[in-house]
Amino acid sequence: MFSRAYRAAITLPPVLWVAVFLLIPYALLLCYSFWSVSPSQTIVHEWTLDNYRELFRVNVYLQTLFRSMWIAARVMIFSLLLGYPLAYYLSFYAGARKDLFYQLVIIPLWVSYLVRAYAWKTILGSDGVLNTLLQYVHLTKHPLEFLLYSPFAVVLTLTHIYTPFAVLPIYAALEHIPRNLVEASHDLGASPLQTFWRVIFPLSIPGVLAGATFAFVLSLGDFLAPLLLGGPSGIMISNIVVSLFGAAYNWPLGAAISLSMLLLVVSLLFLSEKLEKKWSFR
Amino acid sequence: MATTTEAAVVRSAKSGAEPLLVIRNVAKSFGKNPVLRDISLQIAEGEFLTILGESGSGKTTLLRIIAGFESADSGEILMEGERLDILPPYRRRVNTVFQHYALFPHLTVEENVGYGLRVARAPKDEIAARVSDALAMVKMSSFANSKPAKISGGQQQRIALARALVNRPRLLLLDEPLSALDANLRRQMQVELKSLQREVGISFVFVTHDQEEAMVMSDRIALLRMGELEQVASPREIYSRPATAYTAQFIGHTNLLRVQVQSGTARCNSISWRVELPDGPVLFSLRPENIRLVTSAAGNPEMDVVRIRGKIQHQAFHGATELLQVVCDAGLTLSVRAAARESRQGDLHLEFSPADAVPVRESPERG
Repeated sequence: MFSRAYRAAITLPPVLWVAVFLLIPYALLLCYSFWSVSPSQTIVHEWTLDNYRELFRVNVYLQTLFRSMWIAARVMIFSLLLGYPLAYYLSFYAGARKDLFYQLVIIPLWVSYLVRAYAWKTILGSDGVLNTLLQYVHLTKHPLEFLLYSPFAVVLTLTHIYTPFAVLPIYAALEHIPRNLVEASHDLGASPLQTFWRVIFPLSIPGVLAGATFAFVLSLGDFLAPLLLGGPSGIMISNIVVSLFGAAYNWPLGAAISLSMLLLVVSLLFLSEKLEKKWSFR
Repeated sequence: MATTTEAAVVRSAKSGAEPLLVIRNVAKSFGKNPVLRDISLQIAEGEFLTILGESGSGKTTLLRIIAGFESADSGEILMEGERLDILPPYRRRVNTVFQHYALFPHLTVEENVGYGLRVARAPKDEIAARVSDALAMVKMSSFANSKPAKISGGQQQRIALARALVNRPRLLLLDEPLSALDANLRRQMQVELKSLQREVGISFVFVTHDQEEAMVMSDRIALLRMGELEQVASPREIYSRPATAYTAQFIGHTNLLRVQVQSGTARCNSISWRVELPDGPVLFSLRPENIRLVTSAAGNPEMDVVRIRGKIQHQAFHGATELLQVVCDAGLTLSVRAAARESRQGDLHLEFSPADAVPVRESPERG
C-alpha cells in the first residue's frame, strides 16, 4: 500500500520519541540502581545489589512504602464509595441532567492539581476555614491539629482529586449495561435492590476495577499532596525518592526504589487487566 | 387442535367466564405523541393472542404496559379481577420474552433460567428440579453450563423462553421473539412455540409485525393501527371477514373495489352483482384466491357468479401459486392468485362469487 520510505518516515518520529524520552531514561535508571555512591559523592560504576538490600534493610523505606500503600488503599476505597453512587445516579437516574452532571464531574479535572491541594491547606489549617468555623460554633475550643499535616489530610485531598478518575470508568461500565437486562430482572421478580446486586453490580465490576486501579496507582506515586499537606507523619515513598535524587544525592538508591515501585505498579496494572477480562462478557 | 382452542376461547368469552386479563380504556402518550388511544382488550385463560401491527403502531408499548415497564396515562388493567397496573413489574405474575432475549451475560444458561426462582428464594432442590425440567422442555439440557455468548441466537431464544416459563406465570408476553432468527428457524420455532403453549396451557400475548406469523400461531389476532385496535378476531375470521380496508390489506393480499350500490345492485366499472346493502358508496375486499380463471366464456355462467374479461399485465411466480395482475375492461386492475403455470398469454376470463366480496369500512387517516 504505502511505500517503505513513507512508512519509515511516519514511524521514525514516535519511535525516536519513545526511545529518547522513555527507553533510554529507564535503561539509565536501571543502570544507576545497580551502581553506588562513593563517600566523596561520586557515582561508582560497578555492579552491586547493595541498593536493593538497603531498601529491605532500612526500616524507614519499607515503612514509608507500606504507609503509601495504606494511604493509596484508603483513597481507593473512599473514591469508590463516593464515585460508585455518583456514577450510578448519573447513569440511571440523572435523565436529562446527565450531561450537566457529567460536566460537573469533569470540570475539577481542568483545575490545576496544585490549586486544589492548596485549597485544602486553606480549609484544614489551624487558622483555616474548618477550624475557624468549628470554634465559631463552639464545637471546639482550640484548632484541631490533626486536620492538616497528617495522613488524614493526604487521604482527604487525594480522594477529592482522584474520585473523578474512579467515577468515569464506573460510569462508562454502567452505561454499557443494556437496560433490557434491568427490565428482565424486574420482570423475573427481582426487586430493585436484588437487581442491583445480582445484575448491575456484577456487570459494572470491570469499571470498578479500572477506577480502583486509577485511584490506587495515582495516589501511590503521589508527591505533592504529602509534601504540602502530609507533614512528617504523612510522608510517602515519592517524597523519599525526590529527596534521594536531590538533597541526599544518592541516585542509585533513588533509582532502586523507583524501579521497585514501577515493578509494583506494573504488576498491579497487569493483575487488574486480568481481572477486568475475567469480568467482562462481551 | 386449533379449532378446539378457538372454541374454548369463544366459549369462555360467550359464557361470561372471567377473562384472565382485562385491558380497559388504556391510553398512552409520549410527550405530545399519542401512542395508544383507548385500548380495550380481553385475554382468556390459555389463549394465544397476537398483537399485530406495523412498527410505530404501539404494539410494543402495549406489551410494556402489561409487563409494567411503562405506565398507562389512563385506563386500567385487571388480572383475574384485580388491578395489575398498580403493581411494580416484579410483583406481577407476568413474564416476558424480550426481543433480544436479554439473557444475563455473566450467568450461565442454568443460572439464567433459575434467576426468577432464586430471587423468589425457592428451596435449592426445587430450583434445581424446575430448572432442569425447563431446560429439557426447550431441549437445551446439554447447554446448562454455557454462557449466553457461547450459544446461537435460536438457542438463546429457547433459554429466554425457559427462563420465563419456569416461573409459571399466569401470562407470558413475547416481544417479537422470532424477529432475529432466519426464515427456516423462524418457521420451526413458530410451530414449537405454539405446541409448547398448548402443552403448558399458559396464556401468551405475542407481539409481531409479521401477519403470516400471527396467522400461524394465534387463537386470536388483535390488529393495532396507529394506537387503535382495528379488529380483534380469530385468524380465519380476520382473514375472511376483514372489518376494514386496512385489515384486508395488512393481513394477506387483497383487491379493494370501490363500488356504488343502487337499489340492491353493486356496480364497479363494468361489473355488477346483487347485494343486500343500502344505497351509497361501499368498499369491497376481494381476495386474489377467490377470483378464478376460466378457460373461456363458453358455458352458462351460474347465476351468482360475476364474470370479467382481462389481460395479464404482470405475472409473479410464488412457487406453488402465482400472482397475476390482470387489467380488466374499463381500467380495473385485479390481483388474481392461481396455480403456477409456465406462461399465460392473451385474454383471460375471470369469475368470482359475490359472497366472497366482503364489504369493509374505510380506514380513516389518523395522525
